[in-house]
Amino acid sequence: MPLVNGGKIADDSFVKLAVDTPLPEGGDILVPAERFIGEADALLKRSVKIGVIWPNNRDIAEIAPYLGKIAAVALVFPTFRDGRAYSQARLLRERYNYRGELRATGQVLRDQFVFMLRAGFDSFEVKKQADAEAFMQTAKRYSVFYQPTGDGRITALHRRMQLRHSEGVGT
Amino acid sequence: MYAYDEIDRTLVNERVSEFRDQVKRRLSGELTEDEFKILRLQNGVYLQLHAYMFRVAIPYGTLATNQLRALAHVARKYDRGYGHFTTRQNIQFNWIKLAELPDALEDLAKVGIHAMQTSGNNMRNVTSDQWAGVAPGEIEDPRIWSELIRQHTTLHPEFSFLPRKFKIAITASDHDRAAIKIHDIGLRLIKNEKGETGFEVLVGGGLGRTPFIAKTIKHFVHGRDILSYIEAILRVYNQYGRRDNIYKARIKILVHELGIEKFSREVEEEWQHIRNSSLQIDDEVIEDIRSRFTYPAYEKLPHMPDELRQAAADPEFEAWRKNSVAPHKVQGYSIVTISLKPIGAPPGDATAEQMDALADLADKYSFGEIRVGHEQNLALPHVAKRDLPALWKALDKLGLATPNVNLITDIIACPGLDYCSLANARSIPIAQELTRRFANHELANLIGRLHINISGCINACGHHHVGHIGILGVEKNGEEVYQITIGGRADENAALGTLIGPGVKFDEVADVIEDVVEAYLALRKRPEELFMDTVKRLGVEPFKERVYATR
Repeated sequence: MPLVNGGKIADDSFVKLAVDTPLPEGGDILVPAERFIGEADALLKRSVKIGVIWPNNRDIAEIAPYLGKIAAVALVFPTFRDGRAYSQARLLRERYNYRGELRATGQVLRDQFVFMLRAGFDSFEVKKQADAEAFMQTAKRYSVFYQPTGDGRITALHRRMQLRHSEGVGT
Repeated sequence: MYAYDEIDRTLVNERVSEFRDQVKRRLSGELTEDEFKILRLQNGVYLQLHAYMFRVAIPYGTLATNQLRALAHVARKYDRGYGHFTTRQNIQFNWIKLAELPDALEDLAKVGIHAMQTSGNNMRNVTSDQWAGVAPGEIEDPRIWSELIRQHTTLHPEFSFLPRKFKIAITASDHDRAAIKIHDIGLRLIKNEKGETGFEVLVGGGLGRTPFIAKTIKHFVHGRDILSYIEAILRVYNQYGRRDNIYKARIKILVHELGIEKFSREVEEEWQHIRNSSLQIDDEVIEDIRSRFTYPAYEKLPHMPDELRQAAADPEFEAWRKNSVAPHKVQGYSIVTISLKPIGAPPGDATAEQMDALADLADKYSFGEIRVGHEQNLALPHVAKRDLPALWKALDKLGLATPNVNLITDIIACPGLDYCSLANARSIPIAQELTRRFANHELANLIGRLHINISGCINACGHHHVGHIGILGVEKNGEEVYQITIGGRADENAALGTLIGPGVKFDEVADVIEDVVEAYLALRKRPEELFMDTVKRLGVEPFKERVYATR
């Protein structure tokens, strides 16, 4: 499954661990939420990057105290019609000011990229190779956005205000 | 009328090109039907019994004449020459071809019409009073706020994959014509003691398998905070709404399971985090949207022009005028409702020819504006009273002057088993038969205001729970069986109807309804007591006795 990071297909430095997989000697690891919360102190002492896989039915506020110390949060879309992780993503970025890697996992398809980018995701485990290759093109599909989100894209309402004021200067 | 600017046009065009690409990928097999299903639903495309069905949004029920002509064009070019107006200010085309859909959408985009989010588990078309901006006594035009919310809910990055569909309706009049109490969020525009605009917010209304009347979650939310408050409701719903069972996934179930107090505390807590964010709307933004709504330059006209005085001699004209013409906020003007319920025809259908001709009449007599109401009728919102006789003649020629608005033959019905893959029973033939039974205008007038609503399955698209008489078709042992309720209503006093007895067979429905009506005529205190008032006064029992005594 190709990973898109920083807008292009990239190598994945993280290895995903299950709840009971023994810890590897070295290397970056993504750990399930349950295990991370249970072993946080020990895990965070390691000199590698630690990320957390957070299920979409667990309160995202629980991870808030650790956000400064982890390198990645992977949120889950069990099917692409289950949109709970969009709320979790926005809360991480906009309420808890999380600045690390925010990864979309599960059934991630081309047609969600714009929504995901707007919600704050910057890394994507894409289901299909063709979708991953089309990432940049798809991400640019829209140039107009009606809602303000943490991604900082200017909204239609504010663009109209800017246009109004610039017109005002000219007359 | 709201005029799209370059920004709105760009977004709709970008959406069309995205959908064109999605259809292409489906046709080439790159997308599976399961993957494509969600994407097509986001654009109003259902797979029905015989073909794809295409549902187009008419936000808050306002149409310009070039838009109505574009709908006629779609009906003619891509469908079978007609369209069906729904109970949520949409129009549906029933025979569309998948490969042609992107072209149909592109043709509509040229006049600022789209089909975004007319189906699927997202925020649906924002609906409002079809008399918005012209009804006497209205607090202010609710369409300004409807448009603001339409924009905010369009392609929302957080709420496009909700547990289930989500519908918002807005009214600004005492008399609720937008049925806000049967919506996921109902907004009643009000003023606070400082004269500032805000909303009473209701939540958790809805019909379907488990019907609920919406409850008030907050008595006053200031206009500047309305987007953040809606966002807070949706964020709570998106995270905690049930996703394990499609029939328990609407927000009404969450509100019911948590209780309105707990639910409102959750929303309040979320809202406090976001109310002072960039979701707050300043006056300038509202003014900008308001400035793109245009209003007619009304003339100073007499209350009773000569044309109207003379036409009063014609009883047919008078019957139509008394039934279909309502007072306008400006003297000398009227609001004209156009019945799409001719005797013997499917409720809510209009042919391409009728749509084109109506667009011409709206240009001539209604400042180029048409409205669509949830009762599946249309309206011309600004007709000078002096023009009423001429308009009536023209409408009559088009078969659009049936004087049955709000009468027993003004039936709301879903497409039912004739089109819909979810239906268990036929709706349209029941409606057609009932209109024949009550075709006599004197009889219908004698009965007075009476709404019959028909759904062909438990999903309740025909709003049967809130019909004064509700008819629900179900399937029992391979046969269509119809359950009859009475006493429902969808207005400001919204209530759910009560079952009057065992279900009846297809062939018996019209007889039973005739019996219910006869019982009402015998039971009412005086001719002015409306059906729903008699039911309220006496309850269901006396109706039950009379209807089922001989069965």
